[in-house]
This record gives sequence, structure tokens and C-alpha cells, in this order.
Amino acid sequence: KHTTIIMATLTKVLKPILGSQLGNTAKHVVIYLSYFHDYHAHVICPLNVIHYVYLQPPPAKYGGRHTVALIPGDGIGPELLNHVRELFRFCCVPVDFEVVHVNSASTREDDINNAIMAIRRNGVALKGNIETNHTMPPNHKSRNNLLRTSLDLYANMMHCQSLPGVHTRHKNIDIIIIRENTEGEYSSLEHESVSGVVESLKIITRNNSLRIADYAFRLARDKGRRRVTAVHKANIMKLGDGLFLQCCKEVASGYPDIEFDSMIVDNTTMQLVSKPHQFDVMLMPNLYGNVVSNVCAGLVGGPGLVPGANYGRDYAVFETATRNTGKSIANRNIANPTAMLLASCLMLDHLKLHDYANMIRGAILTTMNETRLHTVDIGGQGTTSEVVQSIMRIIQSSGPLTTEI
Amino acid sequence: YTILFWGNKVVHKDQFYLSERQVFGRIQTVTLIPGDGIGPEISTAVMKIFEAAKAPIQWEERNVTAIKGPGGRWMIPPEAKESMNKNKIGLKGPLKTPIAAGHPSMNLLLRKTFDLYANVRPCVSIEGYKTPYTDVDLVTIRENTEGEYSGIEHLIVDGVVQSIKLITEDASRRIAEYAFEYARNNQRTSVTAVHKANIMRMSDGLFLRKCREVAENFKDVKFTEMYLDTVCLNMVQDPSHFDVLVMPNLYGDILSDLCAGLIGGLGVTPSGNIGANGVAIFESVHGTAPDIAGKDLANPTALLLSAVMMLRHMGLHGHAKKIETACFDTIRDEKVLTKDLGGNAKCSEFTADICRRVQDMD
Repeated sequence: KHTTIIMATLTKVLKPILGSQLGNTAKHVVIYLSYFHDYHAHVICPLNVIHYVYLQPPPAKYGGRHTVALIPGDGIGPELLNHVRELFRFCCVPVDFEVVHVNSASTREDDINNAIMAIRRNGVALKGNIETNHTMPPNHKSRNNLLRTSLDLYANMMHCQSLPGVHTRHKNIDIIIIRENTEGEYSSLEHESVSGVVESLKIITRNNSLRIADYAFRLARDKGRRRVTAVHKANIMKLGDGLFLQCCKEVASGYPDIEFDSMIVDNTTMQLVSKPHQFDVMLMPNLYGNVVSNVCAGLVGGPGLVPGANYGRDYAVFETATRNTGKSIANRNIANPTAMLLASCLMLDHLKLHDYANMIRGAILTTMNETRLHTVDIGGQGTTSEVVQSIMRIIQSSGPLTTEI
Repeated sequence: YTILFWGNKVVHKDQFYLSERQVFGRIQTVTLIPGDGIGPEISTAVMKIFEAAKAPIQWEERNVTAIKGPGGRWMIPPEAKESMNKNKIGLKGPLKTPIAAGHPSMNLLLRKTFDLYANVRPCVSIEGYKTPYTDVDLVTIRENTEGEYSGIEHLIVDGVVQSIKLITEDASRRIAEYAFEYARNNQRTSVTAVHKANIMRMSDGLFLRKCREVAENFKDVKFTEMYLDTVCLNMVQDPSHFDVLVMPNLYGDILSDLCAGLIGGLGVTPSGNIGANGVAIFESVHGTAPDIAGKDLANPTALLLSAVMMLRHMGLHGHAKKIETACFDTIRDEKVLTKDLGGNAKCSEFTADICRRVQDMD
């Protein structure tokens, strides 16, 4: 709220001063914003486009330790999150977990509301996927979706990188996928007008499209990326995806150092399986994001390797990128812990505990190089516990103070 | 009259000594729509190959450039429409949609005119055209009339747009029935319905329910359901797990192009559109390639494989197998390949090689 008031006031102040010179050329204004005097950001934006600049509040620390909400979920979620806790305890990471269980079989929304409250309390969460039984009646909404929309986690970020030790058909892939997380086809607004005729609404709004596009370009700039590609189907859905594309173009004009192009979603999937190296950062609405992120996860080696992050203005939730429940491999000690562990490293980065994050990430990548420790999904025969033990051994041997294995 | 058995066919005694072409009686007439750009040259190539294979097909060429009918609505020329309704089978080359012509896309017009409800794309890895995926053998069947492409969109308030995805019981049942019949007629073992019913509970839920109901009548074909994201994930890692996939419009669009990418792109992918009243139009899905039009550089493989699909649809499996084998042999040999397949031969040379192989087979 502070930020938008400052910008609106500045616009009113500067317009009469620069008024005669504004004309058609976009004038750029440097606006200094501050939040609690500790965080400054300067934003360059044309006066005719209002950018929603959101600054994350500093992470809460009581007694030097962070508290993070932990939602085990179903399937392989509980066992993998146990491994995460075990690893954090071993490395003496100053993070405490507040565990909140969500019963996916229950029709009451109390569980998920408790989880949402816990995340609001703590600001950060690590979660497993909550199963959605789609034979339940339509008013029983997907719990994961409810969480994302209630907390307004508008950006889903997934960084697909080929890991050197894993054998795949395509090598050296490095794509960042940014997906709008709250609206689009996932609005859950459906009705049966007449018996046998069902309508499902796909909602695209200007505000959310601008917001996600801005997030994408800022991320591209922060990470030194050269190009952002918007994925859409505006030739068929002219108004919906047309609006999305138009918003992306508007935001792109404010970032002249980053190249912007667009591609239709069916062509995109075709290009991804034949020439994936042409993509750098990809930006898209909700459903296409689902398809493209799963295709890219498959390209780099599968659902067990890629972490995902959901960012909102005030909250951040970390999970595996492809959000699988993994019911068929649950409790058999064969799940790949890499995705969940890398997600926990993303969480540590978010909490500004970079040293711990880099230490764990380095150990994971070193373990990945050993083919004998690969789990079943990437072609090996190792077990989950073997992988985690190996990571702990590598961390212990590299020096910092740890508890006993 | 006496009924005799010849091989595995029941024939009338007067027809016993006649060839396959005459046993099946009349020669079939097929409407041919050459299209634009490279369309005419690849159509000629296909006609030449069919002649060499002595297929019992007679071609009737028609043009489908849109004209404005009475009442101001765009429609395809009446001769084309009559021809299609009479012959029921059509083969179409690539059509261009001029940007400022004012009429809707030609493909959309054809779809509306003949109620082409199913788009079928068999994707089989081609030996000799190397891609990272070598064991692809699946068929995507996509509902082509409704779903996310219903075209119903509104601007509710400034900055909020709503797009409607329509799923109806009739269309879902029709496509599911077609998918199971296709699986049965082509010796396919399983049909997988692709959906996102965890998020779009009512719409994809209705689609799934219809598929399940139809599956009850086809117990010889295995029926499974899979989420769209799981299909994408598994398709990219191991496409050999999939057989026949049936799905609504948008997922079908994305997945069929994904599968085309797995086998080498739109230049080698066949496609067929099945309509109500027995109409079927087989087409090549690539573009008109105006930059190489008329230069004898085009690759006729996509249109040829679509024509082979057409022969199978008409029951002429012998000829279909012959032409398909000749085409794959030519590509496997890698001696005479067009530019997009990695060689530097001309279209006419490629065609001539296939004709030669077909004639050698007789």
C-alpha cells in the first residue's frame, strides 16, 4: 500500500513539471521506494504504466531461528519432508518447522484453513502435494489450488537445469519457467447450464497479467537472462490470451535490455522436444504453464529432480515443481529426494541463509554425479535413504559443525 | 448363387478370377484439394505414386477458396461441398489464410461445414529420420468442435476477460465412441483419456464420465485415465508407454503437436479429420511454405502418409501397406531425400524413387 501511494503522488507531482515534455515518448522516472528504511529499491518505469513493485518484508527471526510451516501432504510428501527435517537437524540449520496436517479425504475446509493460517503466521512454507479426489462433488475444491489463491501466490517459478550426472536425451538445458499461479483456467468457476452442457470459465485480468510479466522481467534482469518468451494461444483465444500478450508487451517496453518474443503453445511444445536450447525464460498463463513445466521437467530427467517455488507478495511456498503425489511409490524408500531437497535449498535462500543453502546444494549435486546412488526414476537402483546418507556424509566431510549421522 | 471362399474373402462366383481392384467393384472417387503454396506439387506427387501402385482411386480436384454466400456468410464453393458430400472422402493440402481477407480460417470453415468432430494423428517414429525418440507408436484423437476453442469470449469489465470452455455430453460421447472404434479397427490395445479433472471438476469430469460409459461397451480395449501433466511428463521421458490417447480440444492440440515433434515435425506427420455423415478429410498439417513453392523442393511425405491413412480408412489395406513401406524404405535408404529430411534431392526425384519401389513390389 505504501508503494502505490508513493507512486501515485509522484505522478501527480511530476506531471505538471514534465507535462509539456511528456508527449508520446515514454519518460522514465527513477523512483526510490523504501520499506522500513532497510530495503530500498529503485525502479525505472514509464509514467504511463504503473508497475506494482512489491518488496518482501524481512524474514521473521526469533532468537535467531526461523519458523517455517510444513505441510506433509500425501503420497511421498511425508517421507521426503522427514528427510528434509533430518538433514536440517544434522546440519544445524536454524529453522524450526511447524507441522500442519491436511486430510485430503475430509470435505470440511478446516484443515486447509489451518494450514493457510500457519503460513500467514510464518510467511514461508514447505509442502508436499495434497491429493485431490476428483470423484468428489465440484464444490470440493483442490486443496493445493485453494492454498495458492488464498495466499495470492501469483508466481510459480521453476528452474530447469540439466544435472551433469543424469543421462537424458537432451543435454545442457537451462530454462526458467514462470507461470501465473492464481487465475486462468484454474479459476474453478464452472456450471452446468443445461443437463449435459458444462461451461468452465477461464479468467484473464489485466492486473494479474501485468503483475506476472513484471515479475518475469525483473527475475530475468536479476539473473542476467537475455530473453523472455511469452507462450500463448492468442490466435484462437483472441480476447483472453490476447490481453495476456498485450500486457507482456507493455511490460517488455520498460525493460529494453531484455529481448521479448512470443510463441504459440503447440509450436512451443514441438520446439521443446526437438530444440530446447532456444529457450531462456518462458512466461505463460496457468494451464500452458502446467503443460510446459511438465515437458521441461521430463526433458531434464523427471519429476524427482526439479524444485519449484510459489511466490506471492507476502508469502512464499516451496514444493516440487511438478506437484506429484507419487502414490504408487509412497513408503517404499524409492522416491527421489532431490526435488524436495533442492526446494528446501530455495527456501533457505529465501530466508537469506545462503551458506547453508549452498552447502546442501553442493552436496546434492556431488551425490548426483554418482550413478550408483541414482534412484529408480533416473535409471538407478539406489534408495532414498542411501541418497540422503550420502549427502550427509559429504557435508560432514567438508567441514562445518554437524551432529552425528 | 454359389458362394466361394478365396483367401479370407467371401466372393461371388462370377468374381472369382478377378483382381482385387475389380473384386471390390467400383473405383472410389476421392475429392482432392491441392491447396496453396507447395500444395499443388505435393498433390501431384501423391497422385503419381498412387498411379504407380495401381490404387483404385480416381481424383476429383476442387478448390475451396471461401466465397461470400447469400446472406453475407462466408462459405466454401458449392461444387466443393457437393463433391465432398457425394464422395465422402477427401485429401487436402495446406491452405493459407490471408490475414486481411475478412473470412475466418479455411480450416475452421471446413470443420464447420462438414462437422469434422475428430482429429486423428497417428505418430510413428520414422526409421531413417533420426530424432532423439526412436520408439514412438501412438495415436492422438482430439475432439475438434468444442472445448476451449469454442470461441466464446467476453470482456466483462475493462481489464477482465472471460473465455468459456464448453463441454457437452453428446460431443464427448461421440469422440469417445470414435476413439474406441478406431482402437478396435486398428488392433490397438488401450485407450487413455487425458484430462484435468482435479481442477476442472465438472467439465473434464463430464468428459471422463462419458469415456467411462463408452468403455463399458468395448471390453476388449483397455481403458485408463491420466492427468494431462502426467502424460506430458511421461511422454517426454518414455513415449512407448502410450497407445491411443483421447482428449478434449486444447489438450489435443498441444499433445498432438508434441507427438509430432517427437517423430520429426509437421513435415512427416499425417492427420485425418472425421466428420458426421461418414465424411472424412485427410490432410497434411504443415504450412504452405511459400518460399519454396514451385521450386520442386517440397517434401510430400506428410500428404503421402495422410493418403495412406485414407486408404486404410477405406479398407484398402494392401495398397496402403505397399505405399507406406515404399515411402519408409526410401527414407531409410537415405540416398534420395528432400532438403528438410537432410538430403538434397528434388521432390520429383523423391517421388520417382518411391514409385519405382512400389512398382518393384508387384
